[in-house]
Amino acid sequence: MAFTIISGCVNCWACEPLCPSHAIYAAIPHFRIHANLCSECDGDYSDPQCASICPVEGVILNGEGVAVNPLGSLTGIAPERMAKVMAEIQAR
Amino acid sequence: MALTLVSSQHSEPAGCSASGCGGNESALAHLPPQIRDKVKDHPCYSEEAHHFYARMHVAVAPACNIQCHYCNRKYDCSNESRPGVVSELLTPEQAVKKVLAVAATIPQMSVLGIAGPGDPLANPERTFATFRELSDKAPDIKLCISTNGLSLPEHVDELCRHNIDHVTITINCLDAAIGAEIYPWIFWKNRRIKGRKAAEILIAQQQLGLEMLAARGVLVKVNSVLIPGVNDHHLEEVSRVVKAKGAFLHNVMPLIAEAEHGTFYGVMGQRGPTPEELQRLQDSCAGEMNMMRHCRQCRADAVGMLGEDRGDEFTLEKIDAMEIDYPAAMQRRAEYQAGIEQQRQQLHRRGETVISLDALRPQRHRSRPLLVAVASSGGGIINQHFGHAREFLVYEATALDVRFIGHRKVDLYCSGSDHCNEEESTLQQTIRALNGCEVLLCSRIGFAPWEALEAAGITPNGEHAMESIETAIAAVYQEMAAAGKLAITAPIALQRGA
Ligand code: SF4
Ligand code: SF4
Repeated sequence: MAFTIISGCVNCWACEPLCPSHAIYAAIPHFRIHANLCSECDGDYSDPQCASICPVEGVILNGEGVAVNPLGSLTGIAPERMAKVMAEIQAR
Repeated sequence: MALTLVSSQHSEPAGCSASGCGGNESALAHLPPQIRDKVKDHPCYSEEAHHFYARMHVAVAPACNIQCHYCNRKYDCSNESRPGVVSELLTPEQAVKKVLAVAATIPQMSVLGIAGPGDPLANPERTFATFRELSDKAPDIKLCISTNGLSLPEHVDELCRHNIDHVTITINCLDAAIGAEIYPWIFWKNRRIKGRKAAEILIAQQQLGLEMLAARGVLVKVNSVLIPGVNDHHLEEVSRVVKAKGAFLHNVMPLIAEAEHGTFYGVMGQRGPTPEELQRLQDSCAGEMNMMRHCRQCRADAVGMLGEDRGDEFTLEKIDAMEIDYPAAMQRRAEYQAGIEQQRQQLHRRGETVISLDALRPQRHRSRPLLVAVASSGGGIINQHFGHAREFLVYEATALDVRFIGHRKVDLYCSGSDHCNEEESTLQQTIRALNGCEVLLCSRIGFAPWEALEAAGITPNGEHAMESIETAIAAVYQEMAAAGKLAITAPIALQRGA
């Protein structure tokens, strides 16, 4: 199984040097993970390194396709609150 | 002029010269000479030098190892001008090329910084590759970094090897309970750590880094973001402690939080400080240590004199097209900067006859302080059209002296893109930013803004165009005092906070 990076990645380079399997590479429009290289950090670290430093919620999925850092988990902003404020900004 | 008049009527030696009252470099007066020398030409550190020297930042460090509640790594708005937000990420090779091109074109160029868009020390390979090349190719340019401090201790030795003598650490608190409200997580020893424990580690690393740098004789400046209701009452203690550990300047910056930035503070409706709150805190810390009040929150890739962004002249394509003779450029810089030194010496000589306005008014009643805003594009001269000014220098004039207080920046927030709030015109924003100032000095000003400023209680004045700022303010103060406008019994527009 392998992790994936999806749209929303801000290309910040934080994950790339940490990957013990050298599975992460810069690409356009965003960073990607070589599925056949990713080891899920098994045997190297207890926590998957890419998902432990990524600053953006929702952009790294685990082997099951689930976001490792779901909405609200990094910023502390409850998803409902974020949605409400963004709707207010749109309505201006 | 006013100054000659003052000193000729004063029976005692006028002015405060070396004792450091009112002079431009007074904030440095108490520092040991070797430190003062280091600071003298640094446009980010010396109150005076930023009128004359230029600095630039290159964006080579994209990654960060902590999250702050006032930052959103997603944000990349073309109208963005908050600190640390940049659009053009450079490789170390591109960065070196850009710095050399800029330094060949702008002879004032004396400092290169790496401050983002992430943390320079979370990107040590890129940061040190850039510094290594530059120490080699442009040894006259000073290098500095600005860091959150988490990885500082492990890199202090390498920093010293590259002979980097200016480091800025952002320290918002010493108390982990407060830190937990500012930093949601850090990346530490291969794990993401949240909450109070994260704050404890970060704070300990920052303090250790500060101590290690001070022990090695490296200049350390501390930045703090003033967050009302979170660390506002705590920053005086921060100021005291970092000074005791050897930081030579403490710069308090206002929180900038808007919902459209998508930051925690923005979305949660945390407000930033008013200009008065900021000034009150800077005043209350001033007794404890030097506050750097002229800091403008420049973009991390800003090029040029502080506050003047010339980045568009140095895009990668344009740099590639330039042909540069590096040794000749370095020679030009040396000559140009020697000229600047002469000019500054002259200013100092004139400055020594400043400024005891009291001497002119031997009457019993004293006059109250006055805040004056100035539009200037540099050089210590009133030389900017009101309509072109994006920020204003604010001075406090009293019967005793004219003192630089800080900057008021107008365009801190987005303007001009669809999702930004444009209800408030630039003029209204300006008036709000100048709250508390009673006089505005500029080279010229249009009729409509003139009327709007007057209506808001700020008197515009274009009569001192091209004069030295402090001379002009002294003259204005004296005129107003003579006209009885500054009598201590008059309603005081701005009571300075305790
Ligand atoms: S989970 Fe580990 S091995 Fe897989 S891409 Fe992320 S850092 Fe690399
Ligand atoms: S850390 Fe996250 S946002 Fe940054 S490059 Fe990696 S996946 Fe993208």
